[in-house]
Amino acid sequence: MTDATTDAGKLTTADGQSLKKSLHRALRRQKVRALMLIAPLLLFILLSFIAPIFDMLLRSVENDIVPDTIPRTIVALDDWDATSGETPGEEVFAAFYTDFAIAEEYKSHTRLGSRLNYELTGISSLFRSTGRKVGKFETESYTEQFTAADAAFADPAQWAAWMADDAVRAALPQTADAYDAWSKIVVDLNNDVPSEEDPADFVYTGLYNDLMAGASVASIPSVDVSGWEPVSLREQFIDANDGWADPAVWATIKTYGGDYTSGYFLNSVDMQLSGEGVTQRPEDERIYITLFVRTIILSIVITGSCILLGYPIAFLLANLPLRSANVLMILVLLPFWTSLLVRTSAWKVLLQNQGVINDILVWLHVIADDNRLELINNATGTIIAMTHILLPFMILPLYSVMKTISPSYVRAAKSMGANDWTAFWRVYFPNSVPGIGAGSILVFILSIGYYITPELVGGTKGVFISNRIAYHISSSLNWGLAAALGSILLILVLALYWLYDRIVGIDNVKLGG
Amino acid sequence: MKLTKTLLATSALTLAAGAAFADAHMASDMTLVSWGGAYQASQTKAYSEPYMAANAGVNIVWDESSAEAVAKLRAMNESGNITWDLVDVEAADAIRLCDEGLAMEIDHDAMLAAGNDGSTASDDFGDSIISDCFIPQIVFSTTVGYRADMVGDNAPDSICAIFDTETYPGKRALNKRPLANMEWALLCDGVAKDDIYDVLATPEGQDQAFAKLDTIKNDVIWWSAAAETPQLLADGEIVMGSTYNGRLFSAIAEQGQPIGMLWDAQMLDFDGWVIPAGLPEDRLARVLDFVSYATDTQRLADQAAYISYGPARASSAPLVGNHAELGIPMAPHMPTDPNNSKNVFVTQYDFWADYRDDLDAKFQAWLAQ
Amino acid sequence: MALPAYASTAQRVWHYSYRTICGLIFFFLIAPILVIIPLSFNAQDFFTFTPEMLRLDPAGYSLKHYNDFFSNSDWQLALKNSLQIAPIATLVSVSLGTLAAIGLSQSHVPGRRAIMAVMISPMIVPLIISATGMYFFYSNPYIPVPFYGKVYLPFTLTGTRAGVILAHAALGIPFVIITVTATLVGFDRSLTRASAMMGANPVTTFFRVQMPLILPGVISGALFAFITSFDEVVVVLFVGSAQQKTLPWQMFIGLREQISPTILAVATILVVLSIMLLTTLELLRRRSERLRGMSPG
Repeated sequence: MTDATTDAGKLTTADGQSLKKSLHRALRRQKVRALMLIAPLLLFILLSFIAPIFDMLLRSVENDIVPDTIPRTIVALDDWDATSGETPGEEVFAAFYTDFAIAEEYKSHTRLGSRLNYELTGISSLFRSTGRKVGKFETESYTEQFTAADAAFADPAQWAAWMADDAVRAALPQTADAYDAWSKIVVDLNNDVPSEEDPADFVYTGLYNDLMAGASVASIPSVDVSGWEPVSLREQFIDANDGWADPAVWATIKTYGGDYTSGYFLNSVDMQLSGEGVTQRPEDERIYITLFVRTIILSIVITGSCILLGYPIAFLLANLPLRSANVLMILVLLPFWTSLLVRTSAWKVLLQNQGVINDILVWLHVIADDNRLELINNATGTIIAMTHILLPFMILPLYSVMKTISPSYVRAAKSMGANDWTAFWRVYFPNSVPGIGAGSILVFILSIGYYITPELVGGTKGVFISNRIAYHISSSLNWGLAAALGSILLILVLALYWLYDRIVGIDNVKLGG
Repeated sequence: MKLTKTLLATSALTLAAGAAFADAHMASDMTLVSWGGAYQASQTKAYSEPYMAANAGVNIVWDESSAEAVAKLRAMNESGNITWDLVDVEAADAIRLCDEGLAMEIDHDAMLAAGNDGSTASDDFGDSIISDCFIPQIVFSTTVGYRADMVGDNAPDSICAIFDTETYPGKRALNKRPLANMEWALLCDGVAKDDIYDVLATPEGQDQAFAKLDTIKNDVIWWSAAAETPQLLADGEIVMGSTYNGRLFSAIAEQGQPIGMLWDAQMLDFDGWVIPAGLPEDRLARVLDFVSYATDTQRLADQAAYISYGPARASSAPLVGNHAELGIPMAPHMPTDPNNSKNVFVTQYDFWADYRDDLDAKFQAWLAQ
Repeated sequence: MALPAYASTAQRVWHYSYRTICGLIFFFLIAPILVIIPLSFNAQDFFTFTPEMLRLDPAGYSLKHYNDFFSNSDWQLALKNSLQIAPIATLVSVSLGTLAAIGLSQSHVPGRRAIMAVMISPMIVPLIISATGMYFFYSNPYIPVPFYGKVYLPFTLTGTRAGVILAHAALGIPFVIITVTATLVGFDRSLTRASAMMGANPVTTFFRVQMPLILPGVISGALFAFITSFDEVVVVLFVGSAQQKTLPWQMFIGLREQISPTILAVATILVVLSIMLLTTLELLRRRSERLRGMSPG
């Protein structure tokens, strides 16, 4: 065909242009027009929806809080071997002291403690209790000895002058670093001027460490610090809380010291990254795999019951005269228009132990009064309530597919000798399978992400992974883990969606209409 | 006489000028965050309505988001867009917000009104100031209610009835978090009351508490909203359940439900305001003005007419009167009433501030097992 | 589906048992609503059938929850907000969604599947993830520019009406896209060509030819989008603030802080309204069929 036109080469339109070119242009114009129609919505969705989701999911790997809060410690820990089984040396504790004293001013040590507690339970209380003591460390003795040795050390203006001098800064790196952090605190938190405030203990400690390392600067008074009794920061920390003597704590800090972490994703599958590499979490902390499996199994059961209940209804609606079908359709749509919260509460009234259903069954003598059915606060409750809520999503696509199955097919089958069942099973049913597929995937996708209904009727055994996500977002504030769990859920749903698109084609979803 | 008058006039003038000066620097809109329901209604009647009546042009909006307060304040802090002015939170949340720098530190004596008996604010509030950021409002307790008609003549008198499924068969409702449950479990497992927090700080002690809770795990309906227990009791769905004492009061006194109250080992707790850190100056000025008014002796006593929570100020206690609608005296329904507080369990906030993350994680994992 | 006169006994038995099964399933569908309506007249503040109610004693019933709904300013604010937010959000999703659906139905659209996936995504992403994502993003909205980074916009959407509308519009779009593309599948393209040939410009063609034909799809998409916004609680709890509280928000608070049958009264009112709406639509449909001379099916 293409060859023919090329060969002919002379096919032209009325205005003398090559037909091929002209068709090409028309096609391109059509494409552009289609895209122009799509563009506003695409842009809208990208900005109002896709960008927020993407932004959220990034949190599953972000880990800035550790390197941002204790940068000096992370550097110092580079040389420490996590597998040695020993706590790090004095220099790590010295760096940690500076970091911790600064973090305590900003109160960021509690957040860091919460963050690291996700990886090793117990760290949060360690950070919090130490936070109350770090201001009272014996490093105060350095401050006192410096100020006693020379009055210049007690003069804030003098400090400011020294720290503006590049030569001093180069000679006393630790002091300069600590002083900068301290003056930032003074300005940021207290709105004060550093040249009028007494530097904090950790600045003097930095000076002591610099001088002990052999630094000497002409412009500051010379002090012989070698004779002073050293304060072991290691002992100070361990005195404050003996948790600091546990190498596992330091291994955790070192392992999670990077800007990005795989920790949240590992946690989502009940694993953890420790000093020895990736391992399974302790047995009493493994819950996520169970929850994922439960979410999937319950969603399959819910989808199954929706097919079971939805198929007869859709069949009835599709084969009734339009008038009666539309009236019955109101019954299908009615629950759909009733608030989800209200419907779920109504199910509570119906399903509970002293609820309507149990009462009726007892009254009918189907069950004994002391042997009422457990229909709520377990998986049964979730299945019943969610089947009810999602049933219209099964009936509507099924109905729209069944409407297109011509009744003459079944009639033809019957006229050829098939009985009712064969005619249905061999002719009608295969034609309705696309409807089942569409409804199933829709119901499954919607059910896998539900959380309000399971929360209200599911007890502890009928809750989904989304309930954990909600818990981590609003209660435990472990947003990284929530994002990781959400990402996994999203990937699962997208895979299903892709499958759906492959099998049914997304254009073929119909909601009534 | 003349001198006094002049003095009074001058001071009135100064006050008026001061007020006018302050007004110019105060925002007129304020968003208060609370829990909704009867509790928020009591705050509206006792605090915000009289305040708005006294300060024309001030507009107060209530937001019922206290349950998500910590998460939302953290998100606001991260995004630098703080839309709340004053937030009602439980003591444990206040400590957490303060620890993380999300709430502003308060100078209680300088920022709050002195007691009407002349005591300083910090003396008047006393132990209820459990954190530097916390402006106490009420004392409430987590306690247990039971269906009077389901226990027969054998009304429970000890908290350990929760764990006694033989004498009291049926479901019980407990809070879906470790606070209170862990303490009660240890108490009923034979740990002395004074040792409970020491035991709970050790992994063995935590295991012991979980082991005790394991014995009733299948009989428990876990609630996350305090309104659930009264509803479950009204339905006869549970034989007993823990909730806040005000909820039980309302179900018993206002709704006439056949519910009995067990004050034994009630967990005393505080609820109060925190001011989000980083408010702009004009909004902060307005909030401080409001909070000083809303937590003075009279206002705290007024609130007790609508709900059975005790005022956090010692000086308010003598002013507590009758229920606004029922007309019954409120004092006997307060958790701090001597008859009710024979065996009180005072929540140790320092402990919970430190161990909350650890125990929450363990508790949630235990629930999911 | 009527039973023919010559049906066998087995067919009769099956016919009636099938009808019974369907009846039971319909009962299952509306059972919660049947519970809600009497409970909304409960004289007590609990979701419980009291002995007085079961005895049909008038003392067990009262209109106080309805009274509460109409006199309580919180509920009235919520109702007003819902009635403002849902239509605007619906309008946004329907107008953008219909245009895009028409674009997508053209024969040559590059990257059609991917675009479709993006547009359907608000329906498939678990709500709690959307809600938190939107919360953070709307607090400090930015435009991501490739190779440059983020260009922050000088306003915030969290806690504003615009933010809630935007979020709800995004959530409603998949329903519009799905229903409108479904109607467009059966759309005869020669009609637009005929219209163009007779000199109509694309806008005229759209409104005079295409729109009337795809209108059923657009309306049903609009209804779904409307109900999505009208019944949505997770996102509004995060993105909105007290001034934007909608009916579901107020219901959620009502369920959590004080179980109050007022929410049942609200639900009953909404059920009655939707029955009236659905019945009116059906009657209108029958009328238009009659007018067009089609025999009612």
